[in-house]
Amino acid sequence: MDMSSAPTERDLGLPLGLADCGFTGEIESVRAESCASGITDDELERRLIELGFVEGASVEILHEGIFRRDPIAVRVHGLTIALRRREAMAIRVRRTSAQSCR
Amino acid sequence: MTQRDRVHVALVGTPNCGKTALFNALTGSRQKVANYPGVTVERKSGELRSASGRAIRLIDLPGTYSLRGRSPDEDVTREFVLGRMTGEAAPDLILCVVDATSMRLAIRLALELKRTGRPMLLVLNMIDIARRRGIAIDTDKLSAELGIPVVTSIAVRKGGTDELVARIDELAHRQDANAAVGDWQPPSAADLRAAQREADRIIRVAVTEPARPDTLTGRLDAVLLHPIAGIVILFVVLFLMFQAVFSGAQPVMELISGAFGRLGALSHAMLPAGLLRSFVENGVMAGVGGVLVFLPQILILFLFILLLEDLGYMARAAFLMDRIMGSAGLHGRAFIPLLSSFACAIPGIMATRVIDDPRHRLTTILVAPLMTCSARIPVYTLVISAFIPNTHLGGWISLQGLVMFGLYAVGIASALLVAFLSNYFVWREHPTPPFMLELPDYKLPRLRSIGLGLLARAQIFLKRAGTTIFAMMVLIWFLASFPRPPEGATDPSIGYSLAAMIGNVIHPLLAPIGFNWQISVALIPGMAAREVAVAALGTVYAIEGGKEAATEIGTMLATKWSLATALAFLAWYVFAPQCASTLAVIRRETGSWRWMAATFAYMLTLAYAAAFVTYHLARLLGAG
Repeated sequence: MDMSSAPTERDLGLPLGLADCGFTGEIESVRAESCASGITDDELERRLIELGFVEGASVEILHEGIFRRDPIAVRVHGLTIALRRREAMAIRVRRTSAQSCR
Repeated sequence: MTQRDRVHVALVGTPNCGKTALFNALTGSRQKVANYPGVTVERKSGELRSASGRAIRLIDLPGTYSLRGRSPDEDVTREFVLGRMTGEAAPDLILCVVDATSMRLAIRLALELKRTGRPMLLVLNMIDIARRRGIAIDTDKLSAELGIPVVTSIAVRKGGTDELVARIDELAHRQDANAAVGDWQPPSAADLRAAQREADRIIRVAVTEPARPDTLTGRLDAVLLHPIAGIVILFVVLFLMFQAVFSGAQPVMELISGAFGRLGALSHAMLPAGLLRSFVENGVMAGVGGVLVFLPQILILFLFILLLEDLGYMARAAFLMDRIMGSAGLHGRAFIPLLSSFACAIPGIMATRVIDDPRHRLTTILVAPLMTCSARIPVYTLVISAFIPNTHLGGWISLQGLVMFGLYAVGIASALLVAFLSNYFVWREHPTPPFMLELPDYKLPRLRSIGLGLLARAQIFLKRAGTTIFAMMVLIWFLASFPRPPEGATDPSIGYSLAAMIGNVIHPLLAPIGFNWQISVALIPGMAAREVAVAALGTVYAIEGGKEAATEIGTMLATKWSLATALAFLAWYVFAPQCASTLAVIRRETGSWRWMAATFAYMLTLAYAAAFVTYHLARLLGAG
């Protein structure tokens, strides 16, 4: 398979929905693609931006729920937002420092 | 001013920006809560007067992150601001309320609001907390960058809003010059990105943030949002809430019932025997008094809900409960409406407006009446205290309290089950909508705000007791007293009354679940409000049994009902759709008679089935 058609994690960044609790990083991109959220991709993207998830903002996963580590509480630029991992998949992030939740 | 005698000022802001506290500080008790025509969104307005004597009318609009409007609540904010609301002119001035400790999303909203072309004033609220945290805001620079005037305020301090009122006065003076042509359009993702970047740039220019941000919220959340400890604490809080409702209210309740007892005795002594005395004693004192007694419990419940909301804990509870509720097909956000439904299903159903997905909103509306509302408290308390022994398990857990807790638990479990089933069978194909919620910083609750909230609840309850419940009591007293027994009758006179006739007609339907004709007849006015059934039982048995029964309905019931009947009655009330106002709100909120009928039918079926099973099980176990 041609590498150019299969972008690696390094190209696009890690989906925030897969990051562990304690993850600290910066947003690379916000782009919803077939998010299966019951709303359109464009609507999800707008809602995420309205809550402050824009490119360049710093993020940190502060807490996660007990069942399937979901939902997560994310500190984004001085504000704490609770969201599910499924929607957080639309946010691509780059790690800036290694840390753990507990 | 030409066409209006008052300046109309609209409060707009993001959720949690302290808008309500500011509204309370500005208007105090001069508030009016009503509904917008055609929608059930609450319309809160209030009056104030500036130093120059100008009358200002303030309208508190629902909090929103954007004018796009994703829920009925947020639609109201947009329509109002744009002057498209039926029967409402566009506001003369928009007060954009910004939490000075968290400006990022609010400044983006301000940029969007600017495009409406309405005159605007930006209010930096909670400036005292921001200063204490070392956040320095250059208001002149902020004003210059935004192109709108900026003023600071401290809603919770006396005099903290003086400057704000002065600026409103000044801006209202030249309102005509300020109006511009608006070109607001629903922003696209690209527009929102650009606006957020611009907002971030403005904040960098005008605001200096401290190196170390607030850590108290972080430290509290480390415990309160801990995956295990957090859930344990949430349940402890809920358990304490119910304990407080039942033991904390006791002394005040005894005071109230004592007062009604003395009033009853007084009227007994002052009035001549006859119809009037019967009406005052049996209709008014036994009926309305029997319901007013529960005011303390209802207020304690609302006190907890208001406190938790003001603290910022409610959003955390939604976070903790999201997965648990999600497994039942409910949205994490449904937690707050469902918790409010413990006080009353009506505000609970109205609070579902925060759920933007229509299907999830509908599921929540359908199950909200299963949460044990405060109107059931009179029914439960009466029956429990009459039939469940007042003993303590292991020395400190009251058995009566435990039964009460059990009734609540059954309500919750059945709500989750009904939600799960309706989701599974009706909406299986639809994916669950996103759960996204801001977790605001913890804030000390403002006593004044809580006091005003409690006052409003007490007024609603007293008004209901004075109107609906009173009217129903008059009706029940009439039915139970007429026609008068024939001369020389030996049975109690109620046996000849209309009430007995009606009760005997319905009785065959309810006999299989162990209800006697007195219960059957009490259920009818109970449609007006659940607690009326208690009052109605009080009146029916008072007329039947004479004076001593009027003061002690509980003791009376213990001699008239079997334990099986009492338990069946409790089971019935867990599910019974006995509240006309709730049904009316469901009709209004869903915009369809169909959903109202569906709610009524499923709840009635569950009530009958639960009472049937309970009654026969209890009899099998020897409680007949």
